Amino acid sequence: MTVNLSRRTKAFAAVAGAASFALIATGCAAGEDAGSDGGPVELTIATFNDFGYTDELLQEYMDENPNVTIVHNKAATSNDARANYFQKLGKTGLADIEAIEVDWLPEVMQYSDLLAEVPADVKDRWLDWKVDAATDADGRLIGYGTDIGPEGVCYRSDLFAAAGLPTDREEVAKLLEGDWAKYFEVGADYTAKTGKAFFDSAGGTYQGMINQVEAAYEDPESGEIIATENGEVEDLYNQVLDASATQSAHLGQWSDDWFAGLSNGAYATMLCPGWMLGVISGNAPDVTGWDIANVFPNGGGNWGGSYLTVPANGENVEEAQKLADWLTAPEQQIKAFVNAGTFPSQTDAYEDAALTDFTNEYFNNAPVGQILTDRANAVTVAPFKGEYYFQINDAMQQALTRVEDGTQDKQASWDQWVSEVNAIG
Amino acid sequence: MPEAPARRSREPRRVGFGHRLSRWDLKLSPYLYISPFFILFLVTGLFPIAYTAVISFMDWDLVRNTGTFIGFDQYAYVLSQPKFWIALRNTFSIFLLSSVPQLLLAIFIAAMLDQNIRAKTFWRMGVLLPYVMAPVAVALIFSNMFGDQYGLVNTFLTGLGLPAVPWHSNAFASHLAIATMVNFRWTGYNTLILLAAMQAIPRDYYEAAAIDGAGRFRQFFSITVPSLRPTLIFVIITSTIGGLQIFDEPRMYDQFGVGGANSQWLTITLYLYDIGWGQWNFGRAAALAWILFLIILAIGVLNLLVTRRLVRDEGSRTDLTPRQRRAAARAARAELATARTATEPATTTTEATR
Repeated sequence: MTVNLSRRTKAFAAVAGAASFALIATGCAAGEDAGSDGGPVELTIATFNDFGYTDELLQEYMDENPNVTIVHNKAATSNDARANYFQKLGKTGLADIEAIEVDWLPEVMQYSDLLAEVPADVKDRWLDWKVDAATDADGRLIGYGTDIGPEGVCYRSDLFAAAGLPTDREEVAKLLEGDWAKYFEVGADYTAKTGKAFFDSAGGTYQGMINQVEAAYEDPESGEIIATENGEVEDLYNQVLDASATQSAHLGQWSDDWFAGLSNGAYATMLCPGWMLGVISGNAPDVTGWDIANVFPNGGGNWGGSYLTVPANGENVEEAQKLADWLTAPEQQIKAFVNAGTFPSQTDAYEDAALTDFTNEYFNNAPVGQILTDRANAVTVAPFKGEYYFQINDAMQQALTRVEDGTQDKQASWDQWVSEVNAIG
Repeated sequence: MPEAPARRSREPRRVGFGHRLSRWDLKLSPYLYISPFFILFLVTGLFPIAYTAVISFMDWDLVRNTGTFIGFDQYAYVLSQPKFWIALRNTFSIFLLSSVPQLLLAIFIAAMLDQNIRAKTFWRMGVLLPYVMAPVAVALIFSNMFGDQYGLVNTFLTGLGLPAVPWHSNAFASHLAIATMVNFRWTGYNTLILLAAMQAIPRDYYEAAAIDGAGRFRQFFSITVPSLRPTLIFVIITSTIGGLQIFDEPRMYDQFGVGGANSQWLTITLYLYDIGWGQWNFGRAAALAWILFLIILAIGVLNLLVTRRLVRDEGSRTDLTPRQRRAAARAARAELATARTATEPATTTTEATR
């Protein structure tokens, strides 16, 4: 009798095992469908944070293309999306359209051969530098540009008034017009009058400065690391830390203290890419003083932005390209901007009244659309970001923090950064 | 124990197939019954461990799934990084700051809960409540409390006229803050395990001790603690493994999750994560994973030895050291063996000396 029992158990185990393998197999195969011959197609698109792709917007495309069903997966943060992207790139399991952030674009570019090329006829839709950044050595453009992050200066008009500075956004723009020295000069003036901090952190300010340097850390030709010998970098480092000693609130961006500082007036100004507006209004809803000036030290600067990519080994590459094309067309990008504040990277959009007439109630009805358009047009430099750009920049951010929180002095922190950079590679 | 020789002689000389099958069944079935776990472990546990070992000798490209063999270079690189040694220091510091007070507190609370108190279940469930909270949620709340400028703790300290603690720039302060999160979450869990072990101690011991005039403290140290030995070993080893792998709390301690501007609270797993998922260098990350594995193994063995020595055997009333005890046991066995061989035929010697 026991023999039978054991036999049965074995059989049962075999069945159970087979069943679980079958489950895994079907899980992998789910989502595939007929090709691009007009049959029904299910397209998946994966984004993160908020791209402004609402159900209504996607429904519009489905109405125009009845054979297409779109499934939209949203990751909470770009970090989650980044981990997922590199785990599955080159294998299977990625969505038909995958969003990537400019922060990890240099890493993606190393695998540009695994992504479908953007058709040449849409290339002139975007700003030149947006296209250049996603074009690999063989001249293949692999990303459909979505938004960019043109920067202005956000300021607290109530704190400016208390310091006897102008509060009107046009006058503030005139006041800050100039280079970084001018910005820190106004800051010194503000600090002397009020005894309070002018900007949030050395790190955040440095980010605005380094985004204007064409080749900060790596040689665009050879890809060699030049960060530690680059006088321009050292100059920015010294400039921002000299100012930070008296003018910075020493609140690292995205820290709990920094968020508290958004509403309690710990600092009077902040460098403001378009997407930062939502961060401010969302985290300091009761403050009425925030405003934005149409100016940026040293001209224009860009901070952040995203692309859509189409993995080349997907099931429906052609249909996915059509959808990515449609989503990044100026008309749709403006709708996304209205939905989520993602500022278009498409040149045609900048002439559209839906964008230029857009105002933001929270920022005292500032003509945000027009201001950001001006700021985008002022961007002249597309920084070269190679394979190690973000590691080096991260180390630099930490070097700045060490000085700001008093762990090390300027020289010791710089020396440590140099040794850290030398260990990279 | 094998059957006595007398019974064996009564068996038929020829063993039928059905009989043989049932004997196999007797011997093999138990292994079959427990095999699903081991098969599953082979596939999901052992294979990744071995694969990690292979990758750790390579310069690995995760996306293209290819690599070139480079020997021990990755290990050499990791061991030559100052960050690794800082991470090792931080890990041990946080581990000691959390495990030691945590276990002492857990034993104390368990001893209190073991008393005859009102609403026992309420208190017992109460200590487990923090454990139910997600570690990330705990870290979020605590890192808010330990804010440098607008944090609850510093506001309280400055209110008392004390200086504010630089929670995010001083290494020791950051370790203390992280250890607090760990203690908050795990003390109750360990308490319940120790409480369960305490409840299993026969009450007669305490009655007898009380009659002999032993006070509460004497009872605790002479009965409770020695009886907890196996449980304590379990708790200490699990908290060692957990402590050396600490990740959630330091990762959520600030906004970047890379262990501080000067690596103040960078732990080994945090460093591992950064190498793997920040720099995409899986060869190095795998090498570090193996180094961590070996460290945990070494500490685990050390822990076991120390714990066995410190906490006395249940019921042993001898002053001998373990080595002397083992020697005595060996001598007794040898004596027994010689006694048996003298009186019985050679067939049973194997059994006696076993």
